[in-house]
Amino acid sequence: MSNEGNELSGAQIVCESLVREGVDVVFGLPGGAILPLYGVLGQWPELRHILVRHEQGGAHAADGYARSTGKVGVVFATSGPGATNLITGLATASMDSAPVVAITGQVNRAAIGRDAFQETDITGATLPVTKHNYLVMRAADIARTMREAFHIARTGRPGPVLIDIPKDVFQEMAQFDWPEEVDLPGYNPPGEGNIEDVKAAAKLIEEAERPVVLAGHGVLISKAWDELRELVEKAEIPVITTLLGISGIPTAHPLSVGMPGMHGHAYASLALEEADLIIAAGARFDDRITGDTKRFAQKSKKIHIDVDPTEIDKNVKANVAVIGDLKAVLRQLIPEVSKSTHTDWVRRIEHLKAEHPSLKIRETDELLGQHVVKTISDVTGGKGHMVTGVGQHQMWAAQFWQSAEPNNWHTSGGLGTMGFEVPAAMGVQVGNPDSVVWSIAGDGGFQMTMSELATVKENNLPVKYAILNNNMLGMITQWQDMMYDKGFYANAYTGNPDFVKLAEAFGILGLRCTSQDDLEATIRKAMEHDGPVVIDFVIRADENVYPMIPAGESIEQLIEEPA
Amino acid sequence: MSMNGSTPSSSSQGLSKRTVIALVQDRPGVLARVAGLFRRRGFNIASLVVGKAERPGFSRMTFEVEGDPSIVSHVAMQLDKLIDVVEVTDVTDLDIVWREMALVKVMASAETRGEIMQLVEIFRAKIVDVGAQAIGIEATGDPDKIDSMISLLRPFGVREVMRTGRVAMPRAALVEGGKDGFNVKGQESDIWVAQSADSGSV
Repeated sequence: MSNEGNELSGAQIVCESLVREGVDVVFGLPGGAILPLYGVLGQWPELRHILVRHEQGGAHAADGYARSTGKVGVVFATSGPGATNLITGLATASMDSAPVVAITGQVNRAAIGRDAFQETDITGATLPVTKHNYLVMRAADIARTMREAFHIARTGRPGPVLIDIPKDVFQEMAQFDWPEEVDLPGYNPPGEGNIEDVKAAAKLIEEAERPVVLAGHGVLISKAWDELRELVEKAEIPVITTLLGISGIPTAHPLSVGMPGMHGHAYASLALEEADLIIAAGARFDDRITGDTKRFAQKSKKIHIDVDPTEIDKNVKANVAVIGDLKAVLRQLIPEVSKSTHTDWVRRIEHLKAEHPSLKIRETDELLGQHVVKTISDVTGGKGHMVTGVGQHQMWAAQFWQSAEPNNWHTSGGLGTMGFEVPAAMGVQVGNPDSVVWSIAGDGGFQMTMSELATVKENNLPVKYAILNNNMLGMITQWQDMMYDKGFYANAYTGNPDFVKLAEAFGILGLRCTSQDDLEATIRKAMEHDGPVVIDFVIRADENVYPMIPAGESIEQLIEEPA
Repeated sequence: MSMNGSTPSSSSQGLSKRTVIALVQDRPGVLARVAGLFRRRGFNIASLVVGKAERPGFSRMTFEVEGDPSIVSHVAMQLDKLIDVVEVTDVTDLDIVWREMALVKVMASAETRGEIMQLVEIFRAKIVDVGAQAIGIEATGDPDKIDSMISLLRPFGVREVMRTGRVAMPRAALVEGGKDGFNVKGQESDIWVAQSADSGSV
């Protein structure tokens, strides 16, 4: 069925356009204004629709799908509350540069601006949290808009694009003409870097005695892990990964130095501080890494490689900036850099690792979150996918989970969205049906989006949900403990549900683990189960995440262990 | 147009001011996108002028932007990141022609009218409207000139002031055979590259 040149309804044009863009799965929840689209969706059996329980879950699922596959994730929602429920998901995707296209129904054209039932100015509301958005007022404009939206979402620095379509535009007939080219004179994402800049970067690398790569999400987005490895092995440059850069290099690689920053490995923060050259590769010097930028890594020059020119000099000044797609730039850079070694520097970092063993778990008979993550890491061998939410569990996961495969770590970094882990893991599993997908959650975040367990069950998505349950908002408790004079308030959950029974209520296998002794057996049992599993790991409550560099401070304020 | 609740004059201390010209596609919401960007990034728009450009479907905007110098220097690149913005040039340090127009309604009695008309003459302004008690004046020029004229008119009783804000254009000498008015290159191309963020959309 080509449909080229045929008269189609707006709704049919949306479906035909999705197929043209290679979409095979859509997450969504119908409602009045988008019903014309659902009315024809069945005519395109190649578009698998996954009915979510909440639009936020749909957006996170599309995001997880997108991050883990590199393809565009698609979510449908209706007007008004359906659309506003997407906002957290779109903001999450925007902050972490994930390609998502959201299609929302809107009230009829004549009703727009009249405060009609379920009307929201969603293009206005999502302006700051999308890369671009559209309100399409004619069916004849839909194909071009869809073509542009997917192009914008997936190219350059990826991001979410929202297309708002009034109900009667879905119903309007128009000739379907698929534009082969996009006409966006204001949008020219860079490809290769300027060769003079690349040469300047190579010169700084040649001169450096203590270089490090700070590898960010850009490594994964541009699929540049092979090039990264080639460069750092050629010139023996240690690699520090940002929170979102984890899995850009195998954690066990001899040149991998871990994650720096607020709760990063102390040796990674110290290596970043002692370096004389930082090569930021698709990383944006987030405040969780730099702390006070005036005191951050003063001994080093900086090379900043980014596809987004507005990141250059935004937080940290660069001595050399290369604007371009990271994969292309690294390919340009590798031949410009001669093969060399930095034996003393690598030895110094080994020394830092020995002196500052951030991965040491203190002696205790109790079950700690660190034990859980470490055992999942050991049992899976760091293969499959890992998805986390936000808080203490996320930091323990970032510290203790040892990635062995590229782009298999997915977390809400920029926005820090609790609840990301449940639906995002669902999207990761949909995009990677043959992978083992683990989702490490806190009991707080899990309860924000656990309604998606119904979606997980309905679609038999075998995600393994590990709840690190301390019956409290652990990171909040930690901050109140350390920075608010133990002014504990609204940090503890005294009436949490029984997560095993909860899982069973969803028809999902529920397991509980309360001691180190049962840990490995429980994890293996979950792995062996052919279907979704929720595991309630009851962990020690009063456990803070270390190391810690307090917000806005510098490496001098590093706290490595409890006082 | 003051976006952050502070007037340009009261917020100008310690802040940096840039003049930026943007060529934009005439698409719905483009002004909201630009205004939203300024608000979000903490820029203060001292003035903003929009009008049709030489090519159908495109408009040209001139902004005067105030803010922390380190942030304001990024304004051109931030603007260019918007999909609908085709080309951005920070013309602050370029040789530019720039003008502002003001309409001023000032009280004028039979006794004062002559004096006001003299002032109008000195500032090469025009009288565009005359009433029994007031006259309307049109003045074009640089903002300082308009400021001086208005301050000299104040003793007579200024009732209403409407100013367009600054419009700017690089001098004709800077045009290097651009096509359709696009891709105007500076004679000193280094400066132009430094100020323009043409390839910057991502």
